[in-house]
Amino acid sequence: MLEIRNLHARIVDDGTEIIRGLNLTVRAGEVAAIMGPNGSGKSTLSYILAGREDYEVTEGDILYNGQSILEMDPAERATAGIFLAFQYPMEIPGVATMEFLKVAMNEQRKARGQEPLKIPEFLKRVKEAAASLNMDMAMLKRPLNVGFSGGEKKRAEILQMKLLEPKLCVLDETDSGLDIDALKIVADGVNTLRSPDRAIVVITHYQRLLQYIVPDTVHVLYRGQVIKSGDKSLALDLEANGYAGVIGQAA
Amino acid sequence: MNMHTTPQRTLAETALIDAFGERLSLLPGDGAVMLKRDDAIEAIKGGLPTRRIESWHYTDLRRLLTSVPDFDPAAVAKAIAPIVEGSSVLPVLNGVSSAKWAAVEGVTVQRLSEKLTDGSIAPGLDSYGSDDAIGALNTAFVADGYFVDIADGAQLDKPLELQNLQAGGQTHVRLAVRVGAGANAVIVERQAGEGAALVSSVSQLLLGEGAEVTWLVVQEQPDTATHLAQFKAHLGKNSKLTLFIMNAGGKLVRQEVVVKTTGEGAEFTLRGINLLAGDTHTDVTMVLDHAVPHTASTEVIRNVVTGKARGVFQGRINVHQYAQKTNAKMACNTLLLSDDGEFSTKPELEIFADDVVCGHGATVTEIDHSHLFYLMARGIDEKTARGLLVKAFVAEVIEELDDEAIVEALEARLDNWFVAHG
Repeated sequence: MLEIRNLHARIVDDGTEIIRGLNLTVRAGEVAAIMGPNGSGKSTLSYILAGREDYEVTEGDILYNGQSILEMDPAERATAGIFLAFQYPMEIPGVATMEFLKVAMNEQRKARGQEPLKIPEFLKRVKEAAASLNMDMAMLKRPLNVGFSGGEKKRAEILQMKLLEPKLCVLDETDSGLDIDALKIVADGVNTLRSPDRAIVVITHYQRLLQYIVPDTVHVLYRGQVIKSGDKSLALDLEANGYAGVIGQAA
Repeated sequence: MNMHTTPQRTLAETALIDAFGERLSLLPGDGAVMLKRDDAIEAIKGGLPTRRIESWHYTDLRRLLTSVPDFDPAAVAKAIAPIVEGSSVLPVLNGVSSAKWAAVEGVTVQRLSEKLTDGSIAPGLDSYGSDDAIGALNTAFVADGYFVDIADGAQLDKPLELQNLQAGGQTHVRLAVRVGAGANAVIVERQAGEGAALVSSVSQLLLGEGAEVTWLVVQEQPDTATHLAQFKAHLGKNSKLTLFIMNAGGKLVRQEVVVKTTGEGAEFTLRGINLLAGDTHTDVTMVLDHAVPHTASTEVIRNVVTGKARGVFQGRINVHQYAQKTNAKMACNTLLLSDDGEFSTKPELEIFADDVVCGHGATVTEIDHSHLFYLMARGIDEKTARGLLVKAFVAEVIEELDDEAIVEALEARLDNWFVAHG
């Protein structure tokens, strides 16, 4: 589903290269974990997948279902089925959360040639998804993410993911800022989305989240490259021994 | 003998002076009113204000008012529906008030032409200063409008909409409202039309003790019209006024706000939205006098600037010497969406009391790119996402009004502008 080939990318503003020859393949139905120390390029990778303009791909390609997405803007990628759960979701005053959800869902439906959702059907879907994440509907009456706690923001991201039903989900440090109860709720939310036609990329610093979202593959990112890949036992190994051993082997 | 040279008159100045000569015999008014008109035209003969007059520095009326259309009494202004369904409507069509209106309990309405003829409005025609060009223009030519009296204790459950609808040519209208003690009302002042008109419109509001009024100015002139407007209010003891101004049209627009708190405990709230597009000039100038102790005011102006539009906000707050415990806060935020647009902000605080809380702030920003990315990452295309963010910027101010029918009505006007200019 996702194939990243020899990807090189840099920050547009100052030209700093962050991704330096990254290769990664994630198949439909797979849950892939991307781990790595701070500064290894994990968040940058998630932004590049979503199409953030602050980064420029200088070499290599990103194929989604066999087609390059480099020329697609963030909205086109999203309607094609790519979803990024942000590490730091933006607070946007003045944009009502419900209005935002409705516009996002209907814009995606429009791009796929589907009719817009009728209001009762829309409300039903939001209520169900919110209930499954233990979210209060009153929260959704507020402006988008404004005044939400860190944990509420993360839940709101997963809520959007459930409602938009993407094919490729990228979760950037979704565990950060969550207490253990919230972590379980969020992980359950992600697990219900596991399906044979959907791939999930979980970016995380710690193994903790992977106890709840058990990955099929684990990849270690360091200095903008995948330096080691393995199964879930690799994550346990990293937890026990730290990144130093893996980095040492690769050097 | 004083010797001084008068600069040559502009076409517009000449046209106004000539028009006065032609209109004079048709204008209603007793002797007192006619004296006020004479004074007013003398002021205009002295020349329209230029940038050398401080309060007109950013709006050089002499230079910007390039032409003055003739009066067109035969023109027909098109009636429009009120912004809130079920409102009582008092229309002024092409400068002429209606002789008939549906009665509203507690509300007495008089045509302004009658108040001019019998002279009872004469004291209200005084200008408030030597730089009061809009007041002078209006006093010279005003022919009609309404005088509305809302009785003590009256509670209006539906808005009262005062419409000033032009049909080209010139219209000079005055809308005077007195709100009795403890009365409560929502008043909509609608300024619109279809012609390349010169409009002057002066609104006067007197709030009695404990009266509460929300006054909404909805200005949607075509981009061929010059709209010169003034809103003057006196706030009595413990009265509350929320003034909301939406400028969403006009080629050359100046909306002056002249407010004085005359009773202790009075509260004034100004919220303004300027939606600026094309090659237009829009100026909102406020002079607020905190004249007695224990009064409060807040002002928030939000501007969206596109195309080659130019905008101005001048906010002057005078806190008089005895006006202790005044609390005043003013903010002006601009979203600049084009390289050719501009917005000038001039806050002025003149404080003669020593125990007050006063502050002001101004910002100019572009669309936040991280916000745009976030919305687009959810599949919302760039144009729609930008629209959402721009609308959010101004909608915040509307939502503060906290009255569902009004918020919906104003958001509909907002959508209307975005459809035309998005």
